[in-house]
Amino acid sequence: MRMRGLMRGVSTEAALLLVGIPVLLWTLIPIYHMFLFAISPKDAAFSGQLWPTNPTLRNFEIVFGQKHHFLYKFWLQMFNSLVISAGTAVLTLLIASAAAFAISRLRMKGGRLVMNLALFTYFIPAAFLAVPMYKTMGMYGLLNNDWALVLAMVTVASPYAIWILRQASDKLPVELDEAALIDGASPFQLFRLIYIPLMVPSLIAVGTYALLLAWNEYLYAFLLLSRETAITLPVALGNFLSADDSPWELLMTAGFIYALPPAAIYYAFRKYMSSGLTAGAVKG
Amino acid sequence: MTATTTIDEAARPKPRPGAGRAGLALSQRQVWGLLFTAPYIAVFLGFVVFPVGYAFWLARSPHLYVELADDPIFLRTVVNTLVFLIVAINIKMMMALFLSGFFAQKRWWVKVLAVLFVLPWAVPSIPTILSIRFMLNPEWGVINTLIFKLTGEDGPNWLNDPTLALSLSMAVHIWKSLPFWTLILLAGRLAIPHELYEAASVDGAGAWHRFRFITWPSISTLYVTCTLLSMIFTVGDFNSVYLLTGGGPADLTHVLATLGIRYLRLDQVGLAMASIVCALPLILPLVFFMMKRLSK
Repeated sequence: MRMRGLMRGVSTEAALLLVGIPVLLWTLIPIYHMFLFAISPKDAAFSGQLWPTNPTLRNFEIVFGQKHHFLYKFWLQMFNSLVISAGTAVLTLLIASAAAFAISRLRMKGGRLVMNLALFTYFIPAAFLAVPMYKTMGMYGLLNNDWALVLAMVTVASPYAIWILRQASDKLPVELDEAALIDGASPFQLFRLIYIPLMVPSLIAVGTYALLLAWNEYLYAFLLLSRETAITLPVALGNFLSADDSPWELLMTAGFIYALPPAAIYYAFRKYMSSGLTAGAVKG
Repeated sequence: MTATTTIDEAARPKPRPGAGRAGLALSQRQVWGLLFTAPYIAVFLGFVVFPVGYAFWLARSPHLYVELADDPIFLRTVVNTLVFLIVAINIKMMMALFLSGFFAQKRWWVKVLAVLFVLPWAVPSIPTILSIRFMLNPEWGVINTLIFKLTGEDGPNWLNDPTLALSLSMAVHIWKSLPFWTLILLAGRLAIPHELYEAASVDGAGAWHRFRFITWPSISTLYVTCTLLSMIFTVGDFNSVYLLTGGGPADLTHVLATLGIRYLRLDQVGLAMASIVCALPLILPLVFFMMKRLSK
């Protein structure tokens, strides 16, 4: 009897490993391949070895020192990515928290309509909105301006943000608002002094979401920005594709560096992300 | 419930200050509400209504649709998109359903794996997808190098075969978005009361029966919602195809998301808009269904 229990335990572990190992390989191989390129000398990354014979940090040196003509604006382009994603996060938070407050706490007439318009926008596939967005930004005279990408990303991010924030704020007790209003608080004070502090966990989730969305964006970035000093790093990396003699090891090195901040931010705010973002979807 | 009471209260004559009644007058509530929603409404008008209206206006000529239908790439693209939606999404969601069960296991190493598992979703597409593209390079990519080392023969020219290239794009799409849907389904699973499983175990139910009679009935709605949402989003998935195949070889692996951009780059804005309008019959029913589901 005990033997049989033990056997069953072992076979369960074996079955779990049988799933776990392929999942691990499937997830990490493309990322490890990228890393391998980054630490290999030129041409040595193609050999199919698991670890380069002469690992080197030379590629990082070239990228950080902007010593290649594909990357001679590396730091400026990193900075553009940073400004654009921070701008997107801040604007999305402001716009979405205000809208969620009006819909959920003030219960304004037409709040439902606003929510539905936002949901509708959430369902427009991003690549479909990209072409009209490109033409429109041209008409507004914003092409090649950082604001074009910030506004486009805010448009894409805020519907989901409003939806998540509204669901979180529906859970706050209504007595809170009533008490504050009796004490003579204006709705603006209610928003700033009571609503925002209570919503911090959801705001972190939504802010991280908007930040990562903008940082990782490629399509809108390459449509809306083309001047070398205005583009974000993903666009610069995409430009490697247009040349035949591209230094792939540098592309992979720069890409690896670019992937580090979002991974770090995701892990830092993972708790908020999974509870904040999945809660919204689970309800559906 | 709370909504009706507050509105009822607000609709009554405005209480004097200090009368002990909570809430603002209806008109005041409305003014503040408009103020707070104004920024979003401005974004919506300026960057959704106007562009979409303009797109329809550019795509108004029937002649564009004739031209589109005459373009052999267009038909191929529609077929590719449908294959992408039906095959890739269903495979992905079934994998996500299965893996959510795996990640619900309480083992330290499963937890560590779960942390690594989200990486494809959290990091930018461009370096990772290009990394996969280099792996598949027929001459010096690591996959064909290994095939040559092991068998002494040349591996296939992966991205030069339209069927293979489209399948690989689907694999890239799955690689990238599987973690997100797995996490959502995992959250759904974890919300199921544990007592149900304990009761079932006492009754001697095996793993399959527990799934069939407890897990699936609890998360089937969520599963369908996720599948439909994923379909809507995938129609807009530009990166998986564009960064891996660029639509090639010979424009045979385009999907609607990349076709619009292709026309735009060829300066055929009318055709770009028209191709998007053609996708609406595919998208709108899904969107309205989802709106009804989610705006409850």
